[in-house]
Amino acid sequence: MKADPKNVLTGAHYLDGNHACAEGAIAAGCKFFAGYPITPSTEIAERVSRRFPLLGGVFIQMEDELASMNAILGAAWGGKKTMSCTSGPGFCLMMENFGLGLMLETPTVLVNVQRGGPSTGLPTLPGQADMMQAKWGSHGDYEVIALAPDSPQESFELTIHAFNLSEKYRMPVLIMTDECVGHMTEKVVIPEADQIDLVERRFTKKKPGEAWPYDPADDGGISPMLPVGEGHRFHITGLTHDHRGYPVINAEAHEQNVRHMIDKVVKNADDIIWLEEKDIDDAEVVLMAYGISSRVMQPAIAKARKEGIKVGQIKMVTVWPFPEKRVRELASKVKSLIMVELNCGQMFLEMDRCAAGKCKTGLVGHFGGTVHKPEDIYKAIKESIK
Amino acid sequence: MATTEIRITGFGGQGVILCGYIIGKGASIFHDQHATLTQSFGPEARGSACSAQVVVSGDRILYPYVTAPHVMLAMSHDGYITHKDSMAKDGIILYEKDLVKLEKLGPKQKAFGVPATRIAEELGRKIVLNIVMLGFFAGATDVMPAESLRKAVESSVPEGTEELNLKAFDRGYEYAVKGSKTKAEAEVA
Repeated sequence: MKADPKNVLTGAHYLDGNHACAEGAIAAGCKFFAGYPITPSTEIAERVSRRFPLLGGVFIQMEDELASMNAILGAAWGGKKTMSCTSGPGFCLMMENFGLGLMLETPTVLVNVQRGGPSTGLPTLPGQADMMQAKWGSHGDYEVIALAPDSPQESFELTIHAFNLSEKYRMPVLIMTDECVGHMTEKVVIPEADQIDLVERRFTKKKPGEAWPYDPADDGGISPMLPVGEGHRFHITGLTHDHRGYPVINAEAHEQNVRHMIDKVVKNADDIIWLEEKDIDDAEVVLMAYGISSRVMQPAIAKARKEGIKVGQIKMVTVWPFPEKRVRELASKVKSLIMVELNCGQMFLEMDRCAAGKCKTGLVGHFGGTVHKPEDIYKAIKESIK
Repeated sequence: MATTEIRITGFGGQGVILCGYIIGKGASIFHDQHATLTQSFGPEARGSACSAQVVVSGDRILYPYVTAPHVMLAMSHDGYITHKDSMAKDGIILYEKDLVKLEKLGPKQKAFGVPATRIAEELGRKIVLNIVMLGFFAGATDVMPAESLRKAVESSVPEGTEELNLKAFDRGYEYAVKGSKTKAEAEVA
């Protein structure tokens, strides 16, 4: 299905990452947004609140982030495409109900414009230190999908992609951007509506009384949802449940429930994972990064390449699920893998785990508050080939 | 391709960020360059010294922040003092004559002043001083054709104020082009 032209601001604009993210959501057909303002994410909510009244969307400023997260889940079950945005402290408050979203298998999109933490930390400055929280912040076992844009243009495009993944896999999808990208203004080209592919929600074709909220799909894929207002009466719960949505409190049901949530990501990892690789074939050193760091490492890589150092790179457009298979392959081919990120070593831990001692691994970390100096990345490349 | 780093500084409320936005828009939407705008946020940016940074380049900008600006637009003395030492050795300072008291420049640095507030007042609205500065910037540098920046002004200011803002832009531009650079240089302390 193509985007509705009414929702698409076709043309070349000069937008910051947050405004571009809002336009991506609107183009994707988002019609409900609930949020609580927090720097550096507020511009997303501001733009949505101004644009929605013209497009028939509903914007609610909630009392806090707990309620915001719940509202976007409720509205998603009400049939809308929904989104919220926040930053570190609000992300903490959303974690419990983010887990509810996973357990209820609810399509929605949550944007974390990362700032320095912990606690209130650095409200106006960038960080990438919520990456493990994105994966493990709610309790229990589950898998997540998270994307990381490196520019306002990608903020627009990846927000649409996040909505598509959330509908395809019927789960909340995270956009883990950062203050630098969120507040950076650049040219954003928004295509014609007929150039934007959207995944629409799948609803059951069964009649009321015959359908359950977690009926397996006919093709064995993700179960279709039940439309509201058409006579379907159903129950959903954060408790372990069966396909009917009713609580079943035993080990067997729990295994089935959790396994299903994990499998839909793990078994579709090849479809979900999106990497942009460059100069890998002859590489002795491969730098991995995501979001703003994948961009800032470019001058360092170019300088090292110019000096004849065989450096390759992987930009992780999706950060979760982690590209385990690819890292394992590379670890047996290259001398060294280096993760560049604005934290003290988070995705590095995943890379190091997957490398499993087959090659050297390194971290170019940063406490946040600004982005890396390209010189520091260059030094790490030089160090890695010693 | 050449990269130009530009810093705009002044008081919060003077239209510093809008100035940066218009330069970035002019370069990337109405000209064929890449342009990345970043800005200072937080309490320091609201009411006291405030700054916006634009990097303009023929290639994609990979490092988004300015390191040693080639051009500074200074609309307040505080802003000028805060940021003057980070300027490139051959940088150009474009300053509001009545608000900034220029200090000693580096041997290769240049400075050109414009009475932007007075020009804005003559036009009837002091608030357009930032647009006078933009016109002056267009005339005094070759970052982009003046017409590109003029189009960016026209498409960025509030509806109904285009005429006033374009007048302000043109006055700033004329001041830069007609005013002899030797004369401007003579004003350098």
